[in-house]
Amino acid sequence: MITTLLYSMTGLLLFAMGLFTLFIHSHPLRKILAVNVMSTGVFLIMVATAYKPMPLGNIDPVPHAMVLTGIVVSVSVTALALLLACRVQETSNLDLLERKKQARIPEESRR
Amino acid sequence: MKTEKKSIRRIRNRGKRLDAWQLLLLFLLLCLTTVLGTIIWTMPENTSGLTDAVARLQEQSGVESPVTAVLLNFRGYDTLLEVMVLLLAVIGAWSLAKAPFSGQAADTGPVQMGVVRLLVPLMFLVAAYLVWQGSHLAGGAFQGGAILGAAGVLLLVTELLFLPAIPALPLRIGLVFGPLLFVVIALFCLCLTGHLLGYPEQAAGGLILLIETACAISIGLTLASLFAGGHPEDDHPQSVNPTEHSDKEEWP
Repeated sequence: MITTLLYSMTGLLLFAMGLFTLFIHSHPLRKILAVNVMSTGVFLIMVATAYKPMPLGNIDPVPHAMVLTGIVVSVSVTALALLLACRVQETSNLDLLERKKQARIPEESRR
Repeated sequence: MKTEKKSIRRIRNRGKRLDAWQLLLLFLLLCLTTVLGTIIWTMPENTSGLTDAVARLQEQSGVESPVTAVLLNFRGYDTLLEVMVLLLAVIGAWSLAKAPFSGQAADTGPVQMGVVRLLVPLMFLVAAYLVWQGSHLAGGAFQGGAILGAAGVLLLVTELLFLPAIPALPLRIGLVFGPLLFVVIALFCLCLTGHLLGYPEQAAGGLILLIETACAISIGLTLASLFAGGHPEDDHPQSVNPTEHSDKEEWP
C-alpha cells in the first residue's frame, strides 16, 4: 500500500514537473525532454496502480500491456521529435539565414 | 565597475525569476497536482480491475502469460495500431533527413571491438529467448525488439564500415515485415471467424508467436534506424528537388 502510493506520488511529481517545464521553456529540446519526463511519470503511476497485493499475487495485465507498448512508442516519438527539432534549427537558425541572404544579394544586384 | 557587476547580476537573475504569469501557472499546476494526488490517494485499492476478466478468458487466448494475452489477443487491435505508429515514425524520420554517417573508419579500440563481438550475438540470443518466453512468462515482441534495437545501436555507435553500405530495399522490407504480417493475419482471421484479429481457438498460440517474432524483428530495425537518424545512403526518392539537395550540402 505504502510502496504503491510512494511510486504513484513520485510519478505524479514527475508529471507535474514535466508539465511546468513544458509550459515555461521555449526551446524544443527542453520541451521534448519535458514530455519524456511527463510520460515516465504516467508510466510509473500506471505500473504502480496495476500492482495488486492479492492472495494470488497477480498483477492487472491491462495497464502493463499499455505501458509496454507505450514505452517503445514514446522512444520512437522522441526520435522523430528530435529530428524535427534539428530540421527546425537547420531552417530557422538566424546565422544561417543571414548568410543565405548575403549569398543571395550579389546575385540579385547582378541582374 | 561595481554598478556594472550589479547590472549583470540583475540581467542574469531576470531570466531565472518567475514573472506573474509563470507564478499563476505554478499555482494552477499545484492545484492540478493536488487534485490528481487526492484521486490517487483515495483510489480503491482492493478492486481486482480487469484481472478476473483476463483470468477467465486466459484458456481461450492460446498463451499462458496474461500480459501477452492482453497485448496480442484481447487488445490486439490496439497493438496493431501501435506497431503502425512505429512504422509511421520511421517513415517520418526517413523523409526528413539522410543518416549522418561520417564515411570513414572510426578508430575503435580493441576493447570496444571485443565488447561488440561478444555482446551483439548474445543480444540476438536474448532477444530470441524473450520472444519465445513471451507465451508463458514476462517477455514478448516489444521486449525482444527493444533488445534487438539496442544491439543495432551498439553497432551504430561503433561506426562499423559496412553499416552505411546497407542497401535500402532489405531494410524497407524488414521494417514493413512485422506490421504487414500482423495485418495479413488480422484479415485472415476476419475471413475465417468473422472478427478482425479473432483467432481460431486452436491456432491462436501459433499465430501469436508468429506475429511476435515478425514484430520483434521490425521493432528492432525500427529503433535502430531511428537512432541512425535518417534514410540510408542509396535511398533517393524520385521527387527530391535537385536544387534542394545542393542547398543542403552547402549548409551542412
